[in-house]
Formats: sequence, C-alpha cells, structure tokens
Amino acid sequence: MSGLLSARAWNKIWVYRGTFILGLGNTLKTAAIALLLALFLGIVFGLMATSNKKILKTISRVYVEVIQNTPILLQMCFLYYALAFSGHSPGIIITGILALGIYTGAYMAEVIRAGIEAVPRGQFEAAGAQGFSYISMMFYIIIPQSIKVILPPMTNTIVNMIKNTSCLYIVGGADLLSLTYSFVTGENTGGSYAPAYIVCGVIFFIICFPLSTIASTWENTLKKRERRSVLNKV
Amino acid sequence: MSTLGGSLSMLANPAIIKFILNGVLFTIIISVISVFFSVIIGTVLALMRNYCDKKKLLPIKMFSVTYIEMFRNTPLLFWIFICVVFCPCPKFIDQAMFGLSSVNNKLMFKAAVALILYTSGVIAEIVRGGLNSVAKGQIEAGRSQGFNMVQIMWLIVLPQCFKAIIPTLLSQIITTIKDSSFLANVAVIELMARTKQILSAANRYNGLNSINVSDVFVLFGMAAAIYFIINFTISMTVRKLQGKRKVNYGKVRNNNFQTVRSDG
Repeated sequence: MSGLLSARAWNKIWVYRGTFILGLGNTLKTAAIALLLALFLGIVFGLMATSNKKILKTISRVYVEVIQNTPILLQMCFLYYALAFSGHSPGIIITGILALGIYTGAYMAEVIRAGIEAVPRGQFEAAGAQGFSYISMMFYIIIPQSIKVILPPMTNTIVNMIKNTSCLYIVGGADLLSLTYSFVTGENTGGSYAPAYIVCGVIFFIICFPLSTIASTWENTLKKRERRSVLNKV
Repeated sequence: MSTLGGSLSMLANPAIIKFILNGVLFTIIISVISVFFSVIIGTVLALMRNYCDKKKLLPIKMFSVTYIEMFRNTPLLFWIFICVVFCPCPKFIDQAMFGLSSVNNKLMFKAAVALILYTSGVIAEIVRGGLNSVAKGQIEAGRSQGFNMVQIMWLIVLPQCFKAIIPTLLSQIITTIKDSSFLANVAVIELMARTKQILSAANRYNGLNSINVSDVFVLFGMAAAIYFIINFTISMTVRKLQGKRKVNYGKVRNNNFQTVRSDG
C-alpha cells in the first residue's frame, strides 16, 4: 500500500487540500444544478406519461427508453464532442450538468409516473367529478398521495446522480474523483495513492450514506404498511 | 452533406466494423461474467447480513453491512481507479491473448474485478429484498422437519427468493452493461472505448482529413443503437416476465418494488 501509513503522504494531502475542496465544490455544484434540471424534466415527462393523450405518452416513453438503455458515459461524450466539433464548447461543468440532468431526468420521470399510477383511478375520477382543473387536481389530490411513494426511489436516484458526477472524468474532469486522480498521478503531487483515495472515498460516503439510508428506511416502512393494509383487506 | 457521406463511409470499412463488433463482444462477455460472479458474492453477502444475528456471528454481519454500504455509496469509477493500482493480477492473464495486448488484458482483469466488487454490493441488496419476501414460516417449517440451516437456505429459501427476484436481476444486467462502459476510462477494450478511439482517428478514415460533427453523430449514434438494441431486448423480456407474474400472483405483491428500474 503506497503510503498508507507514511506521514509524508498524508502531509501532502493536507498541503494540497484545496484540490479536494475544489473537487467537492464542483461535484456538489454539478449535482445540484443537474438535480433541478432532472426534476423539471422528470415532472414534465412523468406527467406526460400519465396523461390521456397518446402522442404525449409516446414522446415520454421514447425519451425514457432511449436514455435508460444507453450508458451515461456515451451520452456525455456525445454531447461534449457534438458541441465541441460544431464550434461551441460550453465547458466541462456545463456539459456535465446537461448530460447528468437529462440522464437522471429519465429516471425521475419513471419514478414520478409510478408514483402517480399508484394512486387509485377513482381519485382522478372523483376529482374530475368535483370540477377540479388538471393542475389543481394534481396539486391538491394526486401529488400529496403519491409523494410518499415517490420520495424513497427519488432519493436513491439522487444518490446515483452524485455518484455519476464521476463520469465527468471522460470529458476532461473537474469533479472530486477526477481531481483526486490527477492529484495522485500528477508530476509534483503524485504517489500518495492510498491516502488520497481514502479521502475521496470518505467524502463520497459521507454525502451518499445518509441519503441512501433514509431512502431504504422509508421504503421498508412503506412496504410494512402496505403489507399490513393488504392483510387487513384479506 | 459531403461530410456526412465521409462519416457514413467509415461504417462501410470492414476493419472498423470488426473492431467495433469485437468491442460489443467484450462488453457482453465482461457484463455476463461480472453479473455471474456478483450474484454468487451478492447472495453470500445477503445471507450474511440477514441471518447472522447470533452474538458469535455478529462480526460476519458487520463485515457484510460494511461491504454493502461502502460499495453502494461510492462511485464505480472510484473502485476502478483503486483496482487498477492495487489489485493483483495473476500471471496467466498478463500476456497477449483474445486479440488484446498484455497491458490491456491486465487492465481488463483489474477493471472487471472492480465491476464485480461494485455490482455484488448492489445485487446483495436485491437478494436481500428477495429473502425478506420469503415468509418466515418457511424457515420455521424447515426447522421443524429437521433440516439444518444450510439445507433450509439451499433447498427452501433461496429457490423461492430467486424466483421472486429474477426480473430485478435481469434489469441489473442492463445496468451492468451500461456500467461496463466505465472501463473506457482506463483501457480500450469494449464498445464505448473503441467508439471513442475511432472518433479520435476519424480524420484518417473518412477521407476528409478532419473530424466533423457528422462523425460524432454517426459513430456515437451507432454505439448508442447497439447499446439500445441489447438493453431494450432485455428490458422487454423483463416486462414480459413481470406481466406473467402479475397474472400469477395478483397485482398487490411488490408493486412499486419492481416496476421502476433503479440505476446502479
């Protein structure tokens, strides 16, 4: 293990701590803005998938299938090179935000669609009978009921998105993992593999672990409640 | 329009097509091998996490919990980088074979190890979901019939568990095929890396001495189409299986557990 216990290697990390802070900042910034984009796309396409119009359903289906069945790395490369070779390169972070947002948006759309479909059909009909408009029906009746089904998988999707910021590496990389990699392979800073990777891994773990724990606890509570309600019905 | 013609002419080049198709083969082989080993490791981890509650066995449970949470909450690329540096590689892999150089074989082995380690953490959680769906009475019934714990698991619980999670495991193959593209970060072996490499040399092949936007669209479009065809076929199979299940089991069971695919 190169330098796991050597004070010099750990000291180097401390001296260059700015690299890790910068990487963390970039990762969080990319993830935060991409999340907003993903939420927007997810809501739009999720609602389209649950609407009655066939054309809207088809558009949403095509978007979800195409994005979910191709790797994020490919989408990111495609976006980056297509923009670069046509002469308007927007920079690594913006490319990352767009690619991650579009990719995660497809998963959000599926999560939201499943959440809305979990609400019994009668609720929609009742709201329609009471004269609710589409927006107020969604806002007052459907969303409040589906939010508890939507939130756990949505949190998982967010965790995956934070992990996926590491994909930026392939287009040049400014995120935490890429900067860690260039730190350990750099000419002046190189060598201290073990300490640098430990720092990077711990940072990722500290961000993702609470989120994924919350999500799975939530999900288990929901499942238990569901099982109980099924038993009661029987 | 002429640049598009040049880009399309690359697809008629038999050397390029062979290079890409070999990449597709490597993508599939790496994914299938990874899922195979991950299912084995993941099952062991899930059993360790679920059934090692006795005080003596608690360290085993702690190990499994640590492993699963560690790999689920850090990126795959992180483990690929670590394995490329630290993972030992057996001698017989470190040589030129399968049409790859010895360096590439070594990298492929190390990256595949990372992929297996990472995927087994994910699969462990899937298997655990399956184990939890098996009714508790099954274990008690087995015990009352004089089965020991290993027999109960092997003969009673695991068959039921795997029957319940087959659709989820199949969708995990899709995720693994997508994840195998991360190998493109360290070596030129599979589809993604090969597409990228051809793009970087496109000026030599398209007869125009320059790389154009149309090259990007044609090459990545083709790679995306290949990924799409493979993954969409699997996801259609999954949906068919789930449709059958709904008829068999009734709609209540696992309804939002399996219909939404999770990523990674």
